[in-house]
Amino acid sequence: MTFEIPDDRRYAESHEWAKKTDAEGVVRIGITDFAQDELGDIVFAELPEVGDELSEGDEFGVIESIKAVSDIYSPVTGTVEDVNGEIIDQPELINDDPHESGWLVAVETESGIDHLLTASEYEEHI
Amino acid sequence: MPLRKPPLYQAHLDAGAEFTDFGGWEMPVKFDGISTEHAAVRNSAGIFDVSHMSEVEISGADGAELMNRLTSNDVRELGGGDAQYACILNEDGVIIDDTVVYRYPDKEAYLFVPNAGHGTQMADRWSEHAHRLGLQVSVENRTEELGLVAVQGPDAIEIVDNRSADSITSLGRFSMVRTTVDGVDCLVARTGYTGEDGVEIFFDVDDSKPMWDAFGNVQRCGLGSRDTLRLEAGLLLSGQDFDPETEPRTPLEAKLGFVVDLSKPSFIGQDALEALEEDGVDEALVGLHLNERGIPRNGYEVTFGDESIGHVTSGTMSPTLSEPIALAYVDADKAEEGQSVEVTIRDNSIPATVVDHRFLNTLSDDE
Repeated sequence: MTFEIPDDRRYAESHEWAKKTDAEGVVRIGITDFAQDELGDIVFAELPEVGDELSEGDEFGVIESIKAVSDIYSPVTGTVEDVNGEIIDQPELINDDPHESGWLVAVETESGIDHLLTASEYEEHI
Repeated sequence: MPLRKPPLYQAHLDAGAEFTDFGGWEMPVKFDGISTEHAAVRNSAGIFDVSHMSEVEISGADGAELMNRLTSNDVRELGGGDAQYACILNEDGVIIDDTVVYRYPDKEAYLFVPNAGHGTQMADRWSEHAHRLGLQVSVENRTEELGLVAVQGPDAIEIVDNRSADSITSLGRFSMVRTTVDGVDCLVARTGYTGEDGVEIFFDVDDSKPMWDAFGNVQRCGLGSRDTLRLEAGLLLSGQDFDPETEPRTPLEAKLGFVVDLSKPSFIGQDALEALEEDGVDEALVGLHLNERGIPRNGYEVTFGDESIGHVTSGTMSPTLSEPIALAYVDADKAEEGQSVEVTIRDNSIPATVVDHRFLNTLSDDE
């Protein structure tokens, strides 16, 4: 089984990705293709609200598939700037398109993402 | 204890299945995704390898008497080739396991199917009681010798009929016939655990591959979709919705009173259930429908305001209804359909409504 691991972003060992956006200091966060495949049919996502503070390595939400409940961990420290409302109604977007329309939150951070794994390092990891 | 692998393990592995430990067996949990497999069974058909289920054969002059002593239903109602659902109870009337009891169509014997990992325990139980009562009975645990697949869904009968030597279209619900499927000798029974029409097929374990391959174009389904299908149909899961250790429940609490025949000759658990029927149950199984987002799971608390009134035993996002559903035991005075309650999910109190625990009634002519 091969998974998509786009090299335009960085990765956490806990299977989240972080990608810089056009806005200065704002990164989008989601779960990886590998993670969505492990979970199977995703039916529920519990996400933070705009303004919530996230800390790197801390859980910030829950994704549930039919069979499993999985915590998701923030790859950066910062403030939630936007939440993907589409996946509340269509959590299956995370399965269908984990790296683009299935993104979870956007976070304003001062830490950047360079401390995270590169695509090739993440590929080694999984 | 190492996990036992089903005879079709390699075939499932080659088909890309993911596996899970279930009742001491390493069984496929999914092939192509739970939603896909679930939809196939509701809309057309799917096939399950359920060879992890146990099979115990009872023969001898006193076979019926022993079966009636150790199961809750009345096997005297079974003609040749008939089957019935029953509970296996302890002296307190608590369900140890549930089972389907088949009376063979072609010989004077019974075959009953305890859940995975229960075969040895039940064969021992039957032997002990036969000995204690001085009954002429032969008890044989055939779990190792018999394969079992389930073909389920609205198209299942036609699919099996096309491959069987004898027509099965007129086979009644809870009936069994001996025939061949694609040349493999087998017993075909119109039973199942999905809430859909369909059959379960018993055969010599050495014929597992040809039997499975006979249905090569039918959607392969794992235990994941089996669980969501049975839950939508309000069918209980042994070891989870009742369990003598972790969830001790009587059939009256579990809404399985319809498989308890209190009028038949003495059986294990009868006295306890008669007393309970007189006194009424304190808690009862209900269906719950969540009124807001969230997935109810095994162990989650059910509340009524500040009061804890029960807990969830099974729950999921129903693939058919696209709504969160659960089975729960709650205080009997909160078990009426329409009752408002809450389910606690990660410290949040989610409003829920008590509903018929048969969320989908696709087989309305069933009990």
